Amino acid sequence: MGGEVNTSALAASIRKERRGRDASFVLDVSLEAPPGITILFGASGAGKSTLLDCIAGLVRPEAGKISIGAEVLFDSAMQIDVASQKRCIAYVFQSLALFPHLTVEQNIEYGLANMAEPAQRTSVEEILEAFRVEKLRNQKPGQISGGERQRAALARSLVTAPRALLLDEPLTGLDAELKGSIVEDLRAWNASRRIPILYVTHSREEVDALGERVIAIDDGRVVGRGAPMDVLDAPRRKRVAQVAGFENLLCGKVLDLREPDGVMRVELGESRCEIEVPLAHASSGDRVQVAIRAGDILLASERPRGLSARNVLEGRVISLEQRSAMYIARVDCGVTFVVHVTPGAVRALELAAGKQIWLVLKTHSCHLVD
Amino acid sequence: MSSLALSFELAGCVSAILLLIGTPIAYWLAYSNWRGKFLLESVVALPLVLPPTVLGFYALLAMGPHGPLGRLWMAVFGHGLAFTFTGLVLASVVYSFPFAVQPLIASFEAVDRKLLDASAVLGAGRWRTFRRIILPLSLPGVITALVLCFAHTLGEFGVVLMVGGNLPGVTRTVSIDIYDRVQSLEYGEANRLALLLLAMAFSVLCVIYAVNRRVWTPGWTRWAAR
Repeated sequence: MGGEVNTSALAASIRKERRGRDASFVLDVSLEAPPGITILFGASGAGKSTLLDCIAGLVRPEAGKISIGAEVLFDSAMQIDVASQKRCIAYVFQSLALFPHLTVEQNIEYGLANMAEPAQRTSVEEILEAFRVEKLRNQKPGQISGGERQRAALARSLVTAPRALLLDEPLTGLDAELKGSIVEDLRAWNASRRIPILYVTHSREEVDALGERVIAIDDGRVVGRGAPMDVLDAPRRKRVAQVAGFENLLCGKVLDLREPDGVMRVELGESRCEIEVPLAHASSGDRVQVAIRAGDILLASERPRGLSARNVLEGRVISLEQRSAMYIARVDCGVTFVVHVTPGAVRALELAAGKQIWLVLKTHSCHLVD
Repeated sequence: MSSLALSFELAGCVSAILLLIGTPIAYWLAYSNWRGKFLLESVVALPLVLPPTVLGFYALLAMGPHGPLGRLWMAVFGHGLAFTFTGLVLASVVYSFPFAVQPLIASFEAVDRKLLDASAVLGAGRWRTFRRIILPLSLPGVITALVLCFAHTLGEFGVVLMVGGNLPGVTRTVSIDIYDRVQSLEYGEANRLALLLLAMAFSVLCVIYAVNRRVWTPGWTRWAAR
């Protein structure tokens, strides 16, 4: 990696306690965001927004260090705490927080108070164009659509030429197409500037659309980091699995380990239903949780033979319901599995409630979670 | 000077002074995280529950020739405070204090905190945030504070009587004038003044509430309320 790239990375290592009425919450994370988009993924309440608030200087951590490149913004040991208005970090809130009494243009100019008039005009015109909000310049936030507000909020934050950008679920509630076009504009804007962008979301869809790097956060801690595929397709924590879209989260007990094969057998629930899963640090008798995607399960109308997949379970369809272009089948094999099926497959297999069916699971589609 | 003009002058002075000193106090009460804030809040609300005569009595003691305020005033300006217009203004400021501060606090607190956070990360300091964001968004509250102060001062009686007495052109406000006329059985004159006061109070309120309503209805408030 080139030296230039590394100098502008955003690094944060912080500890922040939040005492609530019933339980106290501790955020204790350490992360680095190089230039480009880094996704912070986690369920709501995982501490993602608190982390962004600390980085922006709106909330003061108990201990830790926050820096961009060589510049330290916060360091509890050195007693450094740069005020949020001096940090040059842009922050787009989930609520966007556009100033309701100002026009889109006035909102965008707000962060440029210290800039000379001609330079200010150029910057405003540039950003209005980059985020396609020129036509809305004289409108107030209450008069424009949700997607337009999101564009205006991005433009307002980025016109200040920040050193890092924090986005707290900024595209919630938009349809996929609109989301995609806004993300493209953001990417285009950042192509030449290369600032670190921390993008908070709990939507798997957004991760797939944006994904370069993911940092998964659960209960105030980093529980995974890396490429989206590595972090979210093999989740290590139950809550991450839930949020990442693993419809089947099943409790089980380890029966035996088969180390030469790299697998172990797990009995699901209190049933006689046994499956083979990848080997993990466990010993026989341990309680474990297995996460399986509903889309990773195959169905067969007869007992299949000659398969590489190691897990074939016999069961009975309990219910079948249609969701737009997909059917959701619930199958009882001693424990209940949720399986996604295409309408074509429903017809071909003549699926209906009560029908006897076989489930086929690859060993590596079964993920152990904590 | 007529008692009516005097009352208006008094109400105008008191409203202006209260807006100036009430705004920073309301700002502090709305945004401070100090745990002992309730103490100051209680002091601010005190004139609401005290009988005006109690307040007037202590104001009179403080402003009298032996009171601390009276002696200070004497030392600086060479004359006393009690039974003067200035004394009346001072006592009225105390008496109408909650009517200015409470609507201001309520409207400052109603401003979405995220807007203040957004202003900070966009590089604005406290003063700029106050001037550009808090104040414009609290305009209905500021107007309400002014209206209430003005109307409340216009109608006060007990405090004025205790502190100001009844000196024509100096401390005889319209409410005392009306009381006087009733005492001397000049019902016609009392009625003329009372009706005038009623009509003026009503029209002032109408004008200000109308302005207030228009500030309240534009699209952004409906959006901000979501």
